[in-house]
Amino acid sequence: MEKFTTLTGIAAPMPLVNIDTDMIIPKQFLKTIKRSGLGKNLFDEMRFTQDGKEIPDFVLNQPAYRKAEILVAGDNFGCGSSREHAPWALLDFGIRCVISTSFADIFFSNCFKNGILPIVLPQEAVDHLMDDARKGANARITVDLESQTVTASDGQTYGFNVDPFKKHCLLNGLDDIGLTMEKADSIEKFEKTLAQSRPWV
Amino acid sequence: MSGPKTIYDKIWDAHVAHEDADGTCLLYIDRHLVHEVTSPQAFEGLRMTGRKVRAPEKTIAVPDHNVPTTPGRDKHIDNEESRIQVEALDKNARDFGINYYPVSDIRQGIVHIVGPEQGWTLPGMTVVCGDSHTATHGAFGALAHGIGTSEVEHVLATQTLIQKKSKNMKVEITGKLRPGVTAKDITLSVIGATGTAGGTGYVIEYCGEAIRDLSMEGRMTVCNMAIEGGARAGLIAPDEKTFAYVMGRPHAPKGAQWEAALSWWKTLYTDEGAHFDKVVVLKGEDIAPVVTWGTSPEDVLPITGVVPAASDFRGGKVEAAQRSLDYMGLTPGQKLSDIKIDTVFIGSCTNGRIEDLRAAAAILKGKKIKEGMRAMVVPGSGLVRAQAEEEGLAQIFIDAGFEWRLAGCSMCLAMNPDQLSPGERCAATSNRNFEGRQGRGGRTHLMSPAMAAAAAVTGHLTDVREMM
Repeated sequence: MEKFTTLTGIAAPMPLVNIDTDMIIPKQFLKTIKRSGLGKNLFDEMRFTQDGKEIPDFVLNQPAYRKAEILVAGDNFGCGSSREHAPWALLDFGIRCVISTSFADIFFSNCFKNGILPIVLPQEAVDHLMDDARKGANARITVDLESQTVTASDGQTYGFNVDPFKKHCLLNGLDDIGLTMEKADSIEKFEKTLAQSRPWV
Repeated sequence: MSGPKTIYDKIWDAHVAHEDADGTCLLYIDRHLVHEVTSPQAFEGLRMTGRKVRAPEKTIAVPDHNVPTTPGRDKHIDNEESRIQVEALDKNARDFGINYYPVSDIRQGIVHIVGPEQGWTLPGMTVVCGDSHTATHGAFGALAHGIGTSEVEHVLATQTLIQKKSKNMKVEITGKLRPGVTAKDITLSVIGATGTAGGTGYVIEYCGEAIRDLSMEGRMTVCNMAIEGGARAGLIAPDEKTFAYVMGRPHAPKGAQWEAALSWWKTLYTDEGAHFDKVVVLKGEDIAPVVTWGTSPEDVLPITGVVPAASDFRGGKVEAAQRSLDYMGLTPGQKLSDIKIDTVFIGSCTNGRIEDLRAAAAILKGKKIKEGMRAMVVPGSGLVRAQAEEEGLAQIFIDAGFEWRLAGCSMCLAMNPDQLSPGERCAATSNRNFEGRQGRGGRTHLMSPAMAAAAAVTGHLTDVREMM
């Protein structure tokens, strides 16, 4: 997994609430057996007509936002399915950070496994950053994971919370499985107890 | 933790294999269900790192998401990408030695129907799957939730998940349901009341007389849609109905182990005075047969209602509601029961069980679907299908004009050839009405199997109580 430390980039405004995983990556693109290459289908049905032409109004098709690295989104971003194809598609497009008032649980966890930082901020802060994002490519937002801050283009800074373990993994690009394998003794011990106490499992 | 506990607290405590100082835990996983769409990258990850599946005997795989539901699929799948995914699952199951039900096996079906049917899902277990509707298994008093593919790989390799505990939420449905009101109406009404983010960060315990009165099938329907309310998991304390359902299933414990299991399962209830961080109470008698009008499962109204206006909402929902109305092609003030439909889909992990087929068939018996209507029944598993044939339900569907399909997820998410065309409007017993969910431009109204059957006959959304 790629590390996430600091990021200064273009933020695209997506104020719609309840942006679901079917919008982020429609099911016809889940038939892949790879993790890469999904960026071209990110937000496919909002971004392209049925015959594959770009829909000019869609934010990521507008010249200012084609290289966006941050999304500022409405409430409950990523609701719906557990498909990790959603963060894979965001990452493949170049999005490394999503800011919203709230995220769906599974999507939120999936982001951290892929080097994407989802940031929860209060409504006023998201509103301010949304306005900032609407200014276009010149308004860069800066995200600093170490200090847990987001800074708008006018210098307004907001602190955010992040789980210490998830922060550690993201800052260092750590592989969860490797870390858990170091605790193999605990798992083995648990399994021995389980075989006694609940042998039917 | 001492003091009174919720059922979630009890199951959680029984599965912590390791806890760090900051509360991050390794939660031991008792059952890992696997399907073809969210697993290939996980198995590939194991191969690349030379890792094995830690507990193949606790891992169960079945293809369901993109398998066709028409005959001949065990010989050949036309769509190349789907075929590659199913073949990859065949190979992964074989290479890693995990339990497997291929499409040629009568026990194949939707993973969340196969698990309980085969007795893999038991009370007090932790159950995960790379699918958000894993919440279904909570009906047995199991802690069950969806995970992403990285976590699938993590569970395959370590049989654990890195987790922090969620908060406790109680959803109580008091009293009795009125005639024509089903488990689907309960679960949709709860989402209507709490919103699609109302359960975010929580594990829901459903309780109350109306929940107790439900069959195991109905309880699975309720828990299935916990995720649509934002909760990763929803569960119901096990009782005599649960034990009766589980007893004798192929992978349920037998003999002395059954007795030992039963005595532990009987301790799985929320203690008097246990703390809930959030409580929602609905009266059973207030719940009506409902349908969704929009593109979020929270867009729920009684069938007797009218299409709302965007101005009825506040905040960000105003724009979302307008977008939904435009997408769904509906006019504010229009009676819901005047909405004409072209397609009916009965099936899915929400409503693809035998009781669902019985409820739909009871409405359809001796009737025909509206001329020009496309209607299909996709049983949740090969065994549900066989039972429905034995009970004469299949013939009722066929006589009414329904297509009688093979088991799979089918038009719930339209990854296989069963899809809506742009503008086509569907009465569906599935779980999501998102834009494009059942096919690009397709319009989905969610409802119970009996309501879907009624709509098939009349050609428009219909109050099933008028046909009972």
